[in-house]
Parts: sequence; structure tokens; C-alpha cells
Amino acid sequence: MSDTTRTAALFGLVFAMIALTGTMQSWNVALLILNMGLISAIMALGVNLQWGFAGLFNVGVMGFVALGGLAVVLTSAAPVEGAWSAGGWRIVIALLAGAGTIVGTVMVRQRMAAGRARNIATIAILVVGFFLYRGIFDPGVAAVEAINPALQGNLGGLNLPVLLAWPMGGLLAAGVAWLIGKTALGLRSDYLAIATLGIAEIIIAVMKNEDWLARGVKNVVGLERPVPYEIDLQNTSSFVNRAEGLGLDPATASSLFVKLNYSVLFAIVLVIIFVMAQLALKSPWGRMMRAIRDNEVAAEAMGKDVTNRHLQIFVLGSAVCGIAGAMMTTLDGQLTPGTYQPLRYTFLIWVMVIVGGSGNNLGAVLGGFLIWFLWVQVEPMGLWLMEVITAGMPEGSGLKKHLIDSAAHMRLLTMGVILLLVLRFSPRGLIPEK
Amino acid sequence: MDFLNALVALSNFVIIPAIAYGSQLALGALGVTLIYGILRFSNFAHGDTMAFGAMLAVLITWLLQSMGVSFGPLPTALLALPFAILGTMALVLFTDRVVYRFYREQKAKPVILVIVSMGVMFIMNGLVRFIIGPNDQRFADGERFIISVREFKAMTGLKEGLAIKTTQGITVVVAVICVALLFWFLNRTRTGKSMRAYSDNEDLALLSGINPERVVMYTWLIVAALATTAGVLYGLDKSFKPFVYFQLLLPIFASAIVGGLGSPLGAIAGGFVIAFSEVTITYAWKKVLKYMLPESLEPSSLVQLLSTDYKFAVSFVILIVVLLFKPTGLFKGKSV
Repeated sequence: MSDTTRTAALFGLVFAMIALTGTMQSWNVALLILNMGLISAIMALGVNLQWGFAGLFNVGVMGFVALGGLAVVLTSAAPVEGAWSAGGWRIVIALLAGAGTIVGTVMVRQRMAAGRARNIATIAILVVGFFLYRGIFDPGVAAVEAINPALQGNLGGLNLPVLLAWPMGGLLAAGVAWLIGKTALGLRSDYLAIATLGIAEIIIAVMKNEDWLARGVKNVVGLERPVPYEIDLQNTSSFVNRAEGLGLDPATASSLFVKLNYSVLFAIVLVIIFVMAQLALKSPWGRMMRAIRDNEVAAEAMGKDVTNRHLQIFVLGSAVCGIAGAMMTTLDGQLTPGTYQPLRYTFLIWVMVIVGGSGNNLGAVLGGFLIWFLWVQVEPMGLWLMEVITAGMPEGSGLKKHLIDSAAHMRLLTMGVILLLVLRFSPRGLIPEK
Repeated sequence: MDFLNALVALSNFVIIPAIAYGSQLALGALGVTLIYGILRFSNFAHGDTMAFGAMLAVLITWLLQSMGVSFGPLPTALLALPFAILGTMALVLFTDRVVYRFYREQKAKPVILVIVSMGVMFIMNGLVRFIIGPNDQRFADGERFIISVREFKAMTGLKEGLAIKTTQGITVVVAVICVALLFWFLNRTRTGKSMRAYSDNEDLALLSGINPERVVMYTWLIVAALATTAGVLYGLDKSFKPFVYFQLLLPIFASAIVGGLGSPLGAIAGGFVIAFSEVTITYAWKKVLKYMLPESLEPSSLVQLLSTDYKFAVSFVILIVVLLFKPTGLFKGKSV
């Protein structure tokens, strides 16, 4: 079997499974899987850029996905009336003061000769800067959070179209990635992994606690969406007529139509990012990246700037994850910082890349679809399995109840087993790098 | 008097909790550092190994409690601990056999082993959730306090009270015993010495006839014991919740790296550095300052440098600062 037919067969298999879900369960479920599969594929492409192209071990994917979600609120939500005049500008000035402190510290450390004077100056700047920052920051936050706290209490957004939020999500993630890359990319692989793991946790902690930003754990709901609302469609006579012509009731038809709209939008983004990633991989730049990945020292000897190239691809990959995160928040229609968990948003994406085939864009896309499908479907499969296993047990036995209740946790187990099996028997993934 | 009150408040809210937390982190970081020293990779499954061990201890504790066995004023979990350690040892040896050994024989790159440990992490996490569920479980019993606030106030007549929880006392005592045993083992026994030799220079150790598989096996056994102990102590002190153990991974790694990966002494120091900084930076100092400062200067706010939710940020910043300025950690670890 040639490579192309193998790839086509694998993709065919995954889409056949999704279609089978449509006929056996419901098309609603199938489209939900497809939509999140598209988003997962984009996230996998982002991680593949960093790991597959450049060998950067980033386990902070969750943080960049969450930043994308934050960008949706900051871009498309309506501004909260009076929030900026009450304390918004104060917060901005405080943040600038904080940034200024850090820049000042770095400059002092660069300009002054090493010694006791430099250490004292560093500590003095940091301490004074911190209290200055808190002094400006706290009243501003209190003022903003006091505005209609039950519904708002945040700054709100720019009221721009929600589709603009997707590139904004990428930009926000890229900006933060640049800051992180500047400090952490010099570290060797294990340390970088721990550092990124920590950064993701910190980003989530900030989003959970800084209520003025996006209401923290109180969530922002009812975000604008780029597709029509189901209820509007059901009230449009032309849509109802066409649905009935197809033999569907308006409620089902409208929800399918909305999901299909999302699928088309997501597919467009996926294709654009995929083509760009493919072009990048085949360009001299992509070859240089792989050369750096395979032998950093040799690449450096050839005059390649390893640190800067690493920074570049770290920012690019994170931006792709940010775009995907913004798309996911748009699909959900709400930002819920409490739901971001590293197993789901970091390590699962890694499973996708490894299983699909790191270094191969098509592989990453396939992994995104396949693993997402399994992630959703393992639960009903596990439930079914447990019912088969427990069929012989007496009704009302504690073990039977426990086994059936625990079926939901099968998915983590399954993902671990899949990852280990692929790493052992097909370490280059389902569609290996050429 | 005011000074004494301030000191008592400080011990009650900062020093004692930080010592207990630091001991737990130190035990966890010792496990990470040993794996790094001998097997040469960062084990992402360590938090979930702790969760697995603690889960076994919880289950055995419940069994003992239902049989009417108790340990007097001490928590029953201490009786369950040896059995839980045996169970965890069986699990880690099994994972080493079916998972890690293959890559060791292949001489796979460390980063591949880290990814493999991610897979193990998924499986262990799923296993724990599958067996005991994702919810909070309380399994502490026996006396709650060594000294309670009321007793302390009656004893000393001070305005501030000092409480020492039994679990905090046990944590410190057990941690000291574990560390003493570990250092005795590493420094005095033949196996311990061969482990250190293998960690220092693999080729030289192989040349002098040290059996690598034996060294690896002993490492896993010790790591299982340390991880289970750390997990049980943390669970007794706070409460047992699978997800929390996963989150402990970050401060534990921070401790190990700050101390210097591969250095057991460093892991202990790192654990306390991280614990003390987390607690002091997220503690509201108002109570202590109230006693120390003249009335006119009394703070109006809580004087909390960062809210408690940012404790991860603290371990992280320390980690970054140490990595940037002293990449081998406080106690010269490896920096391969």
C-alpha cells in the first residue's frame, strides 16, 4: 500500500466512524464530534509546529487555548458602561507600572557592574515597583468590580465582530508566548516542559481570579456568534418550509444547520492553517527547523540562530493554539475558566500529535480527529462494556453499581493505553514523517 | 507580650503549616530526583503515583476501620501505610517491566521517556478515578490536635492561640524517619552505594560490575515508598482528592529543580524553600503586623502580597529565577 492510499484510507476510516455515529446515534452528536475534531486538529497542528518541526517540548498548550478564549471576550463582548472611566485606565496604568518595574530591573542588571550595589538596586526597584503597582492597581480593580457585580463587574470588550476575535486570539497567545519564550526557551527540554506546565497553570489562575478581566469563575455567557440562532431560523418561514421539504422537523433542522455553519467556518480555518503549515514545512525555513531539531550543534555551526528560530516557532505554534482556543470559546458561546484542565487541553493534544505522527501535518490533523472521536465515544463504549461485564451480577450489587458509575473514567485509561501502544509499536505515529 | 503574640500567630499560620507542607513536598521531590538521577528522565506520572498510593491507603484504612482496628490517638492510615507501599511497589515495578524497560534497552532519548511517562500518567490517573472516583475522601481519624488553640491559650494566657494538628506532627516525624532511612540506605549499604555510583557515572558503574536492572529495581521500590508516604501524609493533612495530586506535580518539580535535580539533599532543601515562599507570600500579614507595629501604623488592608490562588505562580517564579541564575540548582545537581 503506498503512502497516499494509506493516508486516504485512515482519513476515510475516521470520517466513516463519524458518519456511523450520525446514523446510529444522531447527526447532532456526529456534527458535535466533527466540529470539536476540526478545532482539535488545529490545536494539534500548533503543537506539531513546535514539537514535530522544532522539537520544542511545550506542555502549556492549555494556557494558550485559554488565552484564545479570553480574546473572544475582550474582542467581541460589549463594553461595560462606565467601567473604563471608573477604574479601567487606572488598571492599565498599574499594569504599565508593573511592566516598567520589570524592564527597569532588567536594565539595571544589564547596565550596572555585578556586585552588592547591583543586587541592592535590583531588590529596591522590585520592592518599590511592587507596592507602587498594588497601590495603583487595587482601587481600580475594586471600582471596576463594583459595577453591577451580579452580571458584569468587568471591563467588557471592544464590541467587534466575533470572527475578528479568532486572529485576535492568535495575537494574544503569540504575545504571551513571546514573553515566555524570551525567558524560558534557553532551558533544556525537561526544564522547558516544567516551565510551560507552570505557565499554563498561572494563565488559568489569572483568568480565574482577575474578575475585572473576564469575570473570573463567574464566567462570561452569551457571547456573540458568527452563525444564526436556532430560534430565529425556526421563526423564518422559508427555512421551515425547506426543512419540511427535506422531511425534518424545524427544531432538528435548525440545530443541524447551525452546526454545519460552524463546521464550514472551522474547516476553512483548518485548511488555511494546514496549507500554511505545509508550505512552511517544505520551504527552506522548514528544512532549517528540522535540521535544528535533529542536531542543534551542527545547525549552529552552520550559522543558524537556534535561539531565535526556536522563539519564532514557539510563538507561531502558540498562536495557532490561541486561534483554536478562540474558535472553541465561540462554539461554546461562553468563557468558563474553571473548565480548563491540563489533561484535557494539554496532554490530550499531545496524544493527538504523537498518535497521528509528529512532524507530519496530515498526521497531526488525523490524530486530532481520531483521538477526539475516541475521547467522546469511549464513554458510551465503556458503559456498554461495563454492562456486558456486569450482566451476570445480581441486581443491586455494590460492585455492579460501582463499575457502571465508573465507566465515565475509562477515557483517561484508554488514552494512556493508546499513547503507550503507539509509542511502543509505531513510535513515528500513524502517518509518519517523510 | 505583643512580640510573643506576634510570634505565636506567625508560627500558627506560617511556620507550622509551611514545615508540614515542606516535608510533604520534600518527600515528593526526593522521588522525582531519584528517578532523574538513576533513570534520567522527569517522571510526569509521579503525582499520580502519589495519588495511587494514597488511594490504596484510603481503601485499606476503610477496611481496617470496618474491622474495628484503630491506632489509638494516631490515624489508622499509618497502619495502612506499609500495605499501601507494598501495593504501589507492585504497580511501579509492573509499569517498569511492561513500559519503561523497553525504552531503557533501546537507549531512548530522555524526552521520549518523558512522553512515555505522560501515557503512564493518563493510565494511573484513570485507574485512580476508576477505583475511588474523582471526589474528596476524608480518611483521617484519631486525635485531631496535639495542642488546640483553647488549650494553648489557657496554658500561656496569650491572646493568640497556637494549634498543632496531629497530622502536622505526624508528617514531620514520618518525614524525618523516611529521610534518615533513605540517607542511611544511600550512604551505608552496598546497594545504596551502587545506586549513587550509577547515578554519578553510568559507564564506570557498569564497568565495575554493578547490575543496572537491580539498581533500577531498587530505585523504583524506594520511589514507590516515598511517593506513597508523601501522598498519604498530604491526604491526611488536607484531604484526598485525585486531581490535587496531579497539581502537586508543579511544586514538586520546582522543589527538585530548585534543589538541583539528582541531589537528594537538594530535594529536601528545595521542598522547604518552595513551601515557605508559597505560604509567606500568600499569607495575610495583618494579624502579625498588628502586634509588631505601633497603633498609628497599623495596616488597614490584609497585607497579603498575592492571593492564595497564585501559589503556583510563587513556585514557578522561584523555579525560573533559580534556573536563570543557577541552572544546576542550590545543591549542584545535574545539568545535562
